[in-house]
Amino acid sequence: MTAPPALERLRGWFSGGGKGRRAVIGLPYLWLLVFFLLPFLILAKISVSEMETVQFKDLLVYKDGLLQLTLKLGNYVFITQDELYWRTYVTSLKYAAVTTLLCLGIGYPFAYFMARAKSTTQPALLMLVMLPFWTSFLLRVYAWKALLSEHGWVADALMATGIDQLLAWAGLIPAPGKLMNTPFSLVLGMVYTYLPFMILPLYGNLAKMDLRLLEAAADLGATPWVAFWKVTVPLSKAGIIAGSMLVFIPCVGEFVIPELLGGPETMMIGRTMWDEFFSNNDWPMASAVAVVMILLIIVPLAVFNRYQAEAQEGRR
Amino acid sequence: MSGARHRGTSAAFNRRFAIGWLAAGFIFLYLPIVALVLYSFNDSSVANVWRGFTLKWYAALAEDRELIAGLWLSLRIAFFTACGSVVLGTLAAFALVKYRRFTGRTVFSGMVNAPLVMPEVVIGLSLLLMMVSVQRATQAAFGWGFPERGMLTIWMGHLLLGLAYATVVVQARLVELNPQLEEAAMDLGARPHQVFRLVTLPMITQSLLSAWLLTFTLSLDDVVLSAFLSGPGATTMPLVIFSRARLGLNPSVNAIATVVVVVVSIGVIAASYAIAHAERRRLREMAEAARH
Repeated sequence: MTAPPALERLRGWFSGGGKGRRAVIGLPYLWLLVFFLLPFLILAKISVSEMETVQFKDLLVYKDGLLQLTLKLGNYVFITQDELYWRTYVTSLKYAAVTTLLCLGIGYPFAYFMARAKSTTQPALLMLVMLPFWTSFLLRVYAWKALLSEHGWVADALMATGIDQLLAWAGLIPAPGKLMNTPFSLVLGMVYTYLPFMILPLYGNLAKMDLRLLEAAADLGATPWVAFWKVTVPLSKAGIIAGSMLVFIPCVGEFVIPELLGGPETMMIGRTMWDEFFSNNDWPMASAVAVVMILLIIVPLAVFNRYQAEAQEGRR
Repeated sequence: MSGARHRGTSAAFNRRFAIGWLAAGFIFLYLPIVALVLYSFNDSSVANVWRGFTLKWYAALAEDRELIAGLWLSLRIAFFTACGSVVLGTLAAFALVKYRRFTGRTVFSGMVNAPLVMPEVVIGLSLLLMMVSVQRATQAAFGWGFPERGMLTIWMGHLLLGLAYATVVVQARLVELNPQLEEAAMDLGARPHQVFRLVTLPMITQSLLSAWLLTFTLSLDDVVLSAFLSGPGATTMPLVIFSRARLGLNPSVNAIATVVVVVVSIGVIAASYAIAHAERRRLREMAEAARH
């Protein structure tokens, strides 16, 4: 009798290809299974667990010769019915989307001009975009706190030019002159933090573009503007998607920026989860909030993974 | 003729617009860093009000036990994170580039890439729940709970993030390599591990160094994973800074920020210079060898 094909393949995986291959694939694979996949299963499990006084109860309890399975779906029912949670999820998606659009609007021209700069200056420009990556993200967010609070440089500049009136009129800040802990400061901090994540994949994509295509478009009578929209933008689709996902997905669950720069009306889901965990000590509830968050980002995550794999392998 | 002149002025306008956009972008990116550094020399406990030059915040740093202990812990975790990430990341990158087909490859590449974008609160919480579950199980089985929350658990969390970033960096270099060089070494009778050590490794050293530096700074900077995974007595530097920053503006944060910015900038610039230098020398040697 022959083993089923799946088993055969499994055996081939462990025996074929030599020890080297097994170690090269197996070691990081095992690490990721234990430290990435397994924790999510435990998270899902605990989200349906009952909370005891300090610890959560086991799902399966062997008692009086009976195996008891206790599933508590109350957390999920609560999330779907409580308006506050829904509002928080919607707010998070909204701010993540706004941040992504702004990053794209600022970052696309930036990456485009970088890619069209002299080839001798491009490495220096690239280094300048990368350098903030190396300096602490936390400290740079903290710096905005100073810049936007009373007498901060940016606060003074915005008030001198009357832009704060405009922001107040648009409803982004509650009153002229009050810039910190508002939707404005939150979005500013998120755009600032995630802008390089948008610029780098776009630059990588635009710098590789064959410029002769634009010449061909011009020869065929396209104005530069038409050529840009009909040639350059469609060709940079992969960069746009990669950059947008790199900004959008982490923004949905962002915690540090809403905590330092956001206010009471900009309650985002990362903060809610943090509070459930650290302040209320309700681990199952925090887990349920996290599971719903994963469900919200699972589609963008799949899109990102596909494009990432294609980009890495398409280069061959 | 007027058309040509029109094109000329519009090209000049485009050029100026491009330079302006780039300049504005860089001002946006660097303004907070400049402000942080400048205000670390401000002789006023009221942030944002300039009262003259002082070094007193730096003197205070030397006395700041909490921050120094945090820095020391962060540096140790960052060192081990960087080393572990480079090893695991190189293996993962090799698996993805060299082995085009293996069972569960899609799952594997998904798990490698997902931590790059996955919100850190989700990773932190799920890792913590796993560690606690394991600890409870070992406590029940052996009467000794492992792993204790602290440096070790923070390191494991950072390693997950570092593995993802290191893989991306090393993978980008590996796909660029000319596979013929490795094939030639094989044809000349080199064993696979010799090919790796003598041919592949020298060609990817640059990316290994970049990956090491990147994961080191990532670990040194992380707040969210550390907050979930730390235990009593294991407060990293970012956690100290974060708890102070939450309370408001604090000149000690500006001073430590300046130290971090200066040290990291010097480190990164020196490292990239050294890497570029080594790369040039290697290319020169190869060119010379080819001539003989």
